[in-house]
Amino acid sequence: MTKITLGKAINAGLRAAMEKDPKVVVMGEDIGKLGGVFRVTEGLQKDFGEDRVIDTPLAESGIIGTAVGLALRGYRPVCEIQFDGFVFPAYDQIISQVAKMHYRSAGRIKMPVVIRIPYGGGIGAVEHHSESPETLFAHVPGLKVVSCGDPVDAYWMIQQAILSDDPVVFFEPKRRYHEKAELDESVPPVQPLHQAKVVREGTDATLFCYGPMVKTCLQAAEAAAEDGRNLEVVDLRTIAPLDLATIFASVKKTRRALVVHEAPLSLGTGAEIAARVTEECFYHLEAPVLRVTGYDTPYPPSRMEDDYLPDLDRVLDGVDRVMEY
Amino acid sequence: MSESVPGTPPEVFAPVEAPVSPPQALEEVEFVQLLTPEGERVEHPDYSFDLDDEAIKGFYRDMVLVRRIDSEATALQRQGELGLWASLLGQEAAQIGSGRALNDKDMVFPTYREHGVAWCQGVDPLRLLGLFRGVDQGGWDPKDNNFHLYTIVIGAQTLHATGYAMGQQRDHAIGDAENGEATIAYFGDGASSQGDVNEAFIWSSVFNAPVVFFCQNNQWAISEPIDRQTRIPLYQRAAGFGFPGVRVDGNDVLATYAVTQQAMKRAREGSGPTLIEAYTYRMGAHTTSDDPTKYRLNEDLEHWKLKDPIERVHAYLTRHAAVDHEFFDQIEAEADKIAAELRAGCLALPDPVLTDFFQNVYVEETPQLAEQRDQYAAYAASFEGEG
Repeated sequence: MTKITLGKAINAGLRAAMEKDPKVVVMGEDIGKLGGVFRVTEGLQKDFGEDRVIDTPLAESGIIGTAVGLALRGYRPVCEIQFDGFVFPAYDQIISQVAKMHYRSAGRIKMPVVIRIPYGGGIGAVEHHSESPETLFAHVPGLKVVSCGDPVDAYWMIQQAILSDDPVVFFEPKRRYHEKAELDESVPPVQPLHQAKVVREGTDATLFCYGPMVKTCLQAAEAAAEDGRNLEVVDLRTIAPLDLATIFASVKKTRRALVVHEAPLSLGTGAEIAARVTEECFYHLEAPVLRVTGYDTPYPPSRMEDDYLPDLDRVLDGVDRVMEY
Repeated sequence: MSESVPGTPPEVFAPVEAPVSPPQALEEVEFVQLLTPEGERVEHPDYSFDLDDEAIKGFYRDMVLVRRIDSEATALQRQGELGLWASLLGQEAAQIGSGRALNDKDMVFPTYREHGVAWCQGVDPLRLLGLFRGVDQGGWDPKDNNFHLYTIVIGAQTLHATGYAMGQQRDHAIGDAENGEATIAYFGDGASSQGDVNEAFIWSSVFNAPVVFFCQNNQWAISEPIDRQTRIPLYQRAAGFGFPGVRVDGNDVLATYAVTQQAMKRAREGSGPTLIEAYTYRMGAHTTSDDPTKYRLNEDLEHWKLKDPIERVHAYLTRHAAVDHEFFDQIEAEADKIAAELRAGCLALPDPVLTDFFQNVYVEETPQLAEQRDQYAAYAASFEGEG
């Protein structure tokens, strides 16, 4: 067993999927010789050739639109969008074509397309390089939206996403690309792609999080433990569909819930979870479901991002508030 | 101290006049033509029509039948049986000529107006009506006839075609002009302004994908004339992307056949994309929702009626192929029969039920959607037995 970073884990996952299925093709800007701006596809073109690791022209709609055509031909394209804020030229192809093709065709056509998007802030980048647009995709019927929070999940989830016959938008927490963990490739995952995971058991309140916030929430839970608070942390892993069964089970146990995400507050994942928990767990709740999130502003200049992003202190402040009721 | 003087603004702020190209009269437009509006065969240095008069009779039949299917569908819309219809009136030669130039293994990516190409590919005309009647969103399997679903979002299908062609390339299905595979994407003059179409041109060019872009320049994007889309003839754009472009008389079924066949061969043999601009005219409305009398001159329509794609073949067959009345009468009878069947079939299309439309959002259904479907079914069932 070796320690592996999250970025290398996705690389290994892509490699494994490509070895297993010659129909898997990887496509995007700068993913060939350069190996992607985050080096996630490093070495793949050398080993699989230019026909399967396709350096595309610099046009996002073209990446997704041609992936649709390749999927119609029986391929399983894995598209890399270089940064979160660059996905919007492709948004039409994703929501009007990729998401709806199976429905429009009454199930005759499948769209096994994976759209990988490095997302989120915390790396000191310039504008359009730090956004969290997951809700914009999660709101679209036909798409499945997931995010990995650690290297082991990253390795297996990318393979599960590629195996999925539904289109998957795969959000990679870019500031966690260098986080390391032990990965045993011979141990298959317990979780299917669309299942949340309790990553820390607790009794006093649940922190719901995903992607880059998993580590932050685990740290917050450790810190809270010093104050005698026993927090449960649930890595959602899947945003569309939400794994409501796991969410409800945790809330019924701890009776208090805090949702943590980098994306703006309003109409987001946290809002959906709060509504669902209220509908299903109303008589179990000791407190309203609270949210610790980014703000309803465009992502700020990077000198301000430490204030914008939920950090340990803001999460702990949220815990204080949810425990006060 | 300077005074604020009201007066003429400086010259740099002079109002910008929209450049208006002089409208191109058909006679001034250079294009490949092999059959004149008067029904006379003409030679072209680069293209020739090699089939016999039997084939031309077949094209004539195709054009008459799809015009009849089209007019019946327009009538069905006017009678409230379809929510909308996009007529192909006037574009029969462009669609039949190109459609008949395809081989069994070629793949078609249409817009929502390619009823003639659908006919050539063997799609049951009734299947085209579902989308417009609102009972489905494409009632045919694209794999059955190598004819993809109609695409409403303008130009999106050109990228799908390009990607599909890249798949043909990766499957080593090209390299043989006769037995290889290629893809054809249909779009209109308005779509040529879309980013996706321009991206498809770039993609197909840099990857040398086996795709033919067939632009039916029918002169109008709803109410906007071609001048609002381009300042150069559309086929000339291909040169800027690095592949050949050719303009063909889109009302000449022999020429559209010859030009498309050559472009498809070129794609199948592995020589890459071609842009074909079929210069034609949309004689009806954009769809049944608009009123062309508000934006175009009747005299233009009258001018184009003289170029009618069907009339010129009729003239040729009568004068040069000695085709008699019986042939034409037979086709008219066949058209009547198809129209009657289409009408009856349309009226008999079953209304779907909403629970059907909870299916197929996903291959692997989500628990949330299953729950919503069941809730709806229970809600709907609660009304059962009520008057």
